[in-house]
Amino acid sequence: MQLSKDEIQHIAKLARLELTDAELEKYGGQLSAVLSYIDQLKEVDVTGAEPTAQVTGLENVLRDDEVSDWADDERQAALKQAPESENGFIKVKRVIE
Amino acid sequence: MQLNQLTIKQAAQKLANKEISSVELTRACLARIKEVDGKIKACLTVCEEEALAEAKQADERRANGETGDLLGIPYLAKDNIMTRGVRTTAASRILENYIAPYDATIIKKLKQAGAVLLGKTNLDEFAHGASTENSAYGPTHNPWDLTRVPGGSSGGSAASVAADMCLFALGTDTGGSIRCPAAFCGITGLKPTYGRSSRFGLVAMTSSTDVPGPLTKTVADAAIVLNIIAGKDERDATTVKIPLTPFIKGELKNLTIGLPKEYFIEGTDQGVTEAVEKAIEKFKELGVKFKQVSLPHTKYGVPVYYIITPSEVSSNLARFDGIKYGLSVMKPPLPPLSGGQENGLMEIYTKSRGQGFGPEAKRRIMLGTYALSAGYFDAYYLQAQKVRTKIKQEFDKVLEGVDCLLTPTSPHVAFKIGEQSSDPLKMYLEDIFVTGASLAGLPALSMPCGFDKNLPVGLQLIGKRFDEGMLFRVGQAFEEATEWHLQKAKI
Repeated sequence: MQLSKDEIQHIAKLARLELTDAELEKYGGQLSAVLSYIDQLKEVDVTGAEPTAQVTGLENVLRDDEVSDWADDERQAALKQAPESENGFIKVKRVIE
Repeated sequence: MQLNQLTIKQAAQKLANKEISSVELTRACLARIKEVDGKIKACLTVCEEEALAEAKQADERRANGETGDLLGIPYLAKDNIMTRGVRTTAASRILENYIAPYDATIIKKLKQAGAVLLGKTNLDEFAHGASTENSAYGPTHNPWDLTRVPGGSSGGSAASVAADMCLFALGTDTGGSIRCPAAFCGITGLKPTYGRSSRFGLVAMTSSTDVPGPLTKTVADAAIVLNIIAGKDERDATTVKIPLTPFIKGELKNLTIGLPKEYFIEGTDQGVTEAVEKAIEKFKELGVKFKQVSLPHTKYGVPVYYIITPSEVSSNLARFDGIKYGLSVMKPPLPPLSGGQENGLMEIYTKSRGQGFGPEAKRRIMLGTYALSAGYFDAYYLQAQKVRTKIKQEFDKVLEGVDCLLTPTSPHVAFKIGEQSSDPLKMYLEDIFVTGASLAGLPALSMPCGFDKNLPVGLQLIGKRFDEGMLFRVGQAFEEATEWHLQKAKI
């Protein structure tokens, strides 16, 4: 499994990572090696095996859909972590041009 | 004996008898951190003032008649566990200045029990690794040999317990991250059953296998800590109500332990094999019957793990976007890079993440993004989840016929810092004996069972789902019959 530089660049873009040329080259080789190793999974016969979603047997854990207030000091502390906020909201960049 | 060298059990006794105070105990730990952590580098943050205040409070609570095994006991927490008001970095640049607005559930429970938080310990960035070399703040050194790694990813927690900087530490285990460093540092580490202890307030890595647990000086201490941190949490829908099996001290006669032949293979160092074989002999003297069993899908554990983990990592780390918290190119101290022009949304994402994440986090994000992307999902992620089912089923089946399993924790002792860091695949293979229990969600305990090249060797006990009690019983009996857990690194 050999990933080309274009493929690595594409994956980095999907993952929202800006990488240098040196990084693209390095990770390209390393990821190709890891994927080649992982390819051995294809030899396992999984006929009839359901994909694992949960290991402890819990099913449909539900709770009431209720709104509860967040303690104001915790809320303020959370807002303080954002680079920009305004009137109790986190400020984001324009998404739609 | 100095106070910081005590086990939880010993210290709790002395606190109860009013022989010592929590303030004295806490001061002894803080002094030890000052004395040795310049060399070991286990701690990323030490909160001396807060710790002493908490210790004082614990002493007051005790004076008012309160009791409890952890009341006044000082501990360290891995730095991917959120602590209100105390920096939580996950050993990443992207969270360098992050202060959590609330405590993780397990921290809250320890606070209620009166335990004293001394600070936060080093780890592989976002818990991605088996050596603690992937920390953005430099590696932690193994107290037994400062040129070697402490294992990982909870390497700071393991090293701090081994060097008596605290009475216990918290770690997280996703695919061996408590057991591997416990083995390398010669201490006890418990990965509880998945869902036994709450993940709320952990910096999420692989949500389907992450579980927090204790690193301690003895098996009994691990049971004490688990007793406090375990339990159903409304804020983690995967936690369960099933009560802890009682920790019964008792004889091991009539117990049968399984030896999975796929865990006793060529490639394991001779010294490790010998130490584990001697441990098996000791168990036989204690009346344990052994039975060879087979887990034929063992060799697929690591490849399954390195599809599922990066997939969940790529999704979990998407929250670091340079907008809500963490390193951001949106505003200083990092100036906009595009010639003074303000960054657009896409640049804020890509540059903040490009600058904030270290190499292993980037590799895992990309591997997961690839495995989950259109056209590859069935071949990688879906196939891995199906093989995972097979791994889980064969564990469950084998465990029906035995009380628990015994294996080496790692195929070798602690390796040299830098020895393996250039080859990610080689580092992934470190996890060969520890991923299975994680993928199957089973409890597993690593404890010291000897030395190879003067470095500690760990043995692993893997139990039935929710039967941590059996691991404690077996581990405790071994501890009483041996003195490996009493050996201390000389620093």
